Amino acid sequence: MIKVTDLHKSFQQLEVLRGIDAEIKQGEVVVVIGPSGSGKSTFLRCLNLLEVPTSGDIVFEGTSLMDKSTDINKLRQKMGMVFQQFHLFPHLTVRENITLAPTLVKNMSKEEANRTAEDLLRAVGLADKADVYPTRLSGGQKQRIAIARALAMSPDVMLFDEPTSALDPEMVGEVLEVMKRLAKQGMTMVVVTHEMGFAREVGDRILFMDGGKIVEEGKPAELFGNPRHPRTKDFLSKVL
Amino acid sequence: MDFSFMSEYWGFFVKGAELTVLLSIFTVILGGIGGMLLSLMKLSRIWVLKAIATAYIEFFRGTPLLVQLFIVYFGLPQLGLSFNEFTAGVVTLSINSAAYIAEIFRAGIQGVDKGQTEAARSLGLSHRQTMRKIILPQAFRNILPALGNEFIVVIKESSIVSVIGTRELMYNADTVRSNTFQPFEPLIVAALIYFILTFALSKLLGVLERRLQARD
Repeated sequence: MIKVTDLHKSFQQLEVLRGIDAEIKQGEVVVVIGPSGSGKSTFLRCLNLLEVPTSGDIVFEGTSLMDKSTDINKLRQKMGMVFQQFHLFPHLTVRENITLAPTLVKNMSKEEANRTAEDLLRAVGLADKADVYPTRLSGGQKQRIAIARALAMSPDVMLFDEPTSALDPEMVGEVLEVMKRLAKQGMTMVVVTHEMGFAREVGDRILFMDGGKIVEEGKPAELFGNPRHPRTKDFLSKVL
Repeated sequence: MDFSFMSEYWGFFVKGAELTVLLSIFTVILGGIGGMLLSLMKLSRIWVLKAIATAYIEFFRGTPLLVQLFIVYFGLPQLGLSFNEFTAGVVTLSINSAAYIAEIFRAGIQGVDKGQTEAARSLGLSHRQTMRKIILPQAFRNILPALGNEFIVVIKESSIVSVIGTRELMYNADTVRSNTFQPFEPLIVAALIYFILTFALSKLLGVLERRLQARD
């Protein structure tokens, strides 16, 4: 579904990604782990061109994102993204947050968008919050709404950028629960996270990044149980 | 002090105040539209637009309003562009105010968290849709106090167009002064009316601001 070849990204002098090759298959849950500054968020943000790669190629469903003629707005409709800081729209109600994109970019009717929003709100357990403004919500609730907002576009893949890192510990569980359910339903997901428990339980494949490269990858059982690379061993010994 | 002239001249003050209010409203609307366009140009990635906006803002903030007024009223007719006293006043105040409002808008737009743009774009919204639906509504709320302040400045500065004979509050007060040979009292009345206008407006804006904030 997504194929990344020799991806490089530099910010001025600083080279953050130094040649990434990766493939994400339909229905797969790929979890990206690694120390901070390893480039995992940048890698994820390149996948929907929030960061423009310096070189290399990303092909999503057969279309190259680096091709100048590609309509990136069209592709982004099929790639949902969830941010560490939620980024709900504070001037819109929860319902409006969810229905905005479907009505605006997909020309979905108001009624249909509202119905979708209600279904999604029920799925994330927040059906009673439709007419509330985001400031009234807790962090965990905000993030569940953010997930619902992304799902309202019925994307083919969901990108999660440290979705639980800004949450109070007691709220991490409710967000991970929603993500687990999503994974079970067969959603293709790329998740950057520090939640090793989630990575091990839900991930189909783990990518360990360090210094702008994928140092090691494998099934959770292999990578957590029997890491081969010394840097993977070192990192895991610190976080587990 | 003798305010007995008011029985004869009160209509002058009312008419003048009306025109002052009209001038200010036109200016804030036109200046607001101009200022918004200029701020978008200044934040544009197209360097020509950016350069035009920057030059405009620097020029109109860096030259006296009185000079601008004379250029519009006395100068432009040489180029075949003449205005009556009211229109010349509105045009000058608007082009001048637009430069200030542009900077207010720019700060407001830049004050909206970058994550808002990223979230909107990641949902597939275009740059234009993101501006219209996400950034500008939030920017507008942020800049309401500064915008209200600019409105108040415009009301006060509009008195300058009296020098080209626009019959607004200042002009009419001055007419009363010369008709009655009272150099003091008519100007006190004018000052009071200006104060009532700006004070009422500032209170009104306070209410509006609190309304908008009540949602959070």
